[in-house]
Amino acid sequence: MIRFRLERRQETPVSVQIILPLIAVVAALLICSILVWLSGTNVVEAYKLLFLSTFETTDDLQDTLVKASPLLFTGLAVAVAFRAKFWNIGAEGQLLAGACAASFIGEQMWLPGFTLVPLMILAAAIVGGIFALVPAMLKVKLKVDDVVTTLLLNSIILYGVMALLEGPWKDPKSGYPNSPVIRPDAEYPILAGYSLHLGVLLSLIAALVVWWVMRKTTLGFSIRAVGENAAAARYAGLPVARVILIAAMISGALAGLAGAGEIAGVRYRVTTDLSSGYGYAGIVVATLAELNPIGAIPAALFFAVLFNGAGTMARTTGVPIYLADVIQGVALLTMVAGRLFTAYRLRIVRAAHA
Amino acid sequence: MPDLLSLLDVGFFAALIRIATPLLLATLGELYCERSGVLNLGIEGIMLLGAMVGFTVTYFTGELWLGVAAALATGALCGLVMALLTVILGVSQHVSGIGMTLLATGLAFFLYRLVFGQPPVPPNVEAFQPVPIPGLADIPFLGPVLFNQVPLTYIALLAVPVTAWLLYRTSWGLSLRTVGENPRAADAAGVSVWSIRTGALVLGSALMGLAGAYLTIAQFNAFTFGVVSGRGWVCIALVVFGQWYPWRCAAGALLFAFLEALQLRLQATNTLHIPYEIFLMLPFVLTIVAMALVSRNARAPAALLIPFRKEER
Repeated sequence: MIRFRLERRQETPVSVQIILPLIAVVAALLICSILVWLSGTNVVEAYKLLFLSTFETTDDLQDTLVKASPLLFTGLAVAVAFRAKFWNIGAEGQLLAGACAASFIGEQMWLPGFTLVPLMILAAAIVGGIFALVPAMLKVKLKVDDVVTTLLLNSIILYGVMALLEGPWKDPKSGYPNSPVIRPDAEYPILAGYSLHLGVLLSLIAALVVWWVMRKTTLGFSIRAVGENAAAARYAGLPVARVILIAAMISGALAGLAGAGEIAGVRYRVTTDLSSGYGYAGIVVATLAELNPIGAIPAALFFAVLFNGAGTMARTTGVPIYLADVIQGVALLTMVAGRLFTAYRLRIVRAAHA
Repeated sequence: MPDLLSLLDVGFFAALIRIATPLLLATLGELYCERSGVLNLGIEGIMLLGAMVGFTVTYFTGELWLGVAAALATGALCGLVMALLTVILGVSQHVSGIGMTLLATGLAFFLYRLVFGQPPVPPNVEAFQPVPIPGLADIPFLGPVLFNQVPLTYIALLAVPVTAWLLYRTSWGLSLRTVGENPRAADAAGVSVWSIRTGALVLGSALMGLAGAYLTIAQFNAFTFGVVSGRGWVCIALVVFGQWYPWRCAAGALLFAFLEALQLRLQATNTLHIPYEIFLMLPFVLTIVAMALVSRNARAPAALLIPFRKEER
C-alpha cells in the first residue's frame, strides 16, 4: 500500500528559497490573467506593458528604484518584526509618523542647514520606533494582542495627522490639508539622474545592515531564537521581553525611515495620502523574501515595477490600474500556500506487507 | 452642558442603531471564525468586496435582496478561500488574512472601475427604506429607535441572540467552541475539525459580506472606495474587547456606534470646537486602553492561530 505524508523538513534548501517566490509570482500572474481577459485586453499585451514599461527609459527606471525604496524599508521592518513573532501590521502608521517627524524637522528655520538631513533621519527612526514600541510594550507587559493594537494604531496615527493637517500644521499657502514644504537644505541629495535620491541608497544599506545584524550578531541570533521558540529561549536565559522590544523598535525605525525618504526625496511635505499602502505591501515583500533581508531587495523591486507599470498599462489599455493590487494580494496567498512545500516535503511511504 | 444632552434625542439613538448595524454583523462574523480557532484578518477586504458586489448587483437588477444574496455569496466564497489556506493547508493566519484583504480590496476596486469606469457622478441605487414593525413602532422612544429601521438592521439585531443561542445551546456550537479550544479532543470525540472551521469561516465571512452590502445599499446608496475605511479592523478589536462573548461584542459595537453618532452630531451642530478627527480617533484609543485593562482576564480561544494537522501529534 502506498501512502503520502507530509514531513517537516529539517532545513530549506537555498534553491527552493529562490524558486518558490518565482513560482508564486508566476502563479499569481496566471490567476490574474483572467481579470485582464475580462477587461477585453490581450493578456500578453497587458503584461508586456506592466513589466517592460519600467525599462523603456532611464527616467522610468529611476522612478521604479525610487518607488522600491519605501517598499524595501517596510519589507525589512516587517521581516525583523515577524522574525521575533511580533506581528507588526502597523508599518503603515509608523511610516506616516516617521514622515511627520522628518517633515517637522525639515521646516525648522533655526537649525543649521547641514544638520537637517541627519536630524530628519534620526527623528523619523525614533518616532517610527516609538510607535512600534508601544504595542510591543503592551504585548510584553500586559499580553495585549499585537495584531489588533498595531492595526488600530494605523487609524489613530492617520486621524491624528489629518487633525494636524487641517488644523495647526496646515500650510496657509495651500488650499489642501498639507503641511508646509520643507527647506531646500532638508531635501535628500540626488545621487544620480533626476530623481534617484539618497533614500534609495539608504534602503539598500539598511538591507545589508539588517542582514548582518540578523545573521552575524548576538542580537540577531536572539531575535530568531525568541521567534522560533520563546519558551526555549527563556529557558536558555535569553531576556525574551527585551528582545521583542528591541526587534519592535528596529522594525518601527525602519518603517519610519521609509517615511523620511518619502518626505525628503519625493513629496517634501506631509499629505494625508502619503503612504499608498506601503505598510501592507511591506508584508507582501517580506513574505516573498521569506523574511530574508537580502531577498527583500528583489521583492521590493518587483512590486515597484508592478506598481509603476500598472499606471502605464491602465493609460494604454482598458485594464484598470488596480490589477497591480490584485496581483499583490494573490502573490501573497500563492506564496504562503507554496511555502508549505518548503517547510514540508511530500514523502511516499510504502507500508510493509503484514 | 445642557445643549450637549439635548443632542441625545430619539433621532440620535436611531442613528446609533443604523451605524451599529454593519459593526454588529461583521463582529459576529469574526466571532464565529475566532471561536473556531481561526483569526480572519480578511474582514476589511471581504466587507469592501461585499459592499461592491451588493451594490453592483442591485444597480443592474434593481432588486435589493438580490444584492444582499450576492454579497452573502461573495463573503462565503472568500471564507472558502480563507478555509483552503488556513484550515486545509494550515498556513499562517496572519499572512493569509492580510493577503485576503489585499486581494479582495484590489478586486473590489478593479471590478468597480471595469464595470462603471470613472463617471463624474458616482452611480447610485434606490436604497433600503425603513420598514416600521406594526404595533411596536408606535412605542414611545423604543419604537422609532429599534422598530422603524431597514430590514438588514433587524437581521443584525436578531443575529446577536441567534449567535448566542447557536454557540451555547446547540451541539454545533459546542463542537465549534471545542474545536477552538482543544481541536485534538474534538477530533477524538469524532468532530471533524476541518469541516467545523470551514463552516465557521464561510458563515462568518458571509456576514462580513452582508455588513459591507449594508453600507452601500442601506446606510448609503452608492459605492465609494473609502466606504469601509477601517470598519473591519474595528470589528477585529471589538471581538477582543468583547472577550469572545456574543453579547459583550454586541455591547462593544453599540458603544463604538455611540461615539461615532456623537461625533456626527457634534460635527453637524458645531457644538464643540474639537477637530472631528479626534472623535474618529477616540474609539480606537479607548479600545486599546480597554484591551490593556481587561487583558489580564481576557482569554482568547486556546487554539486560535494554531493550524490543526491530524497526523502530527
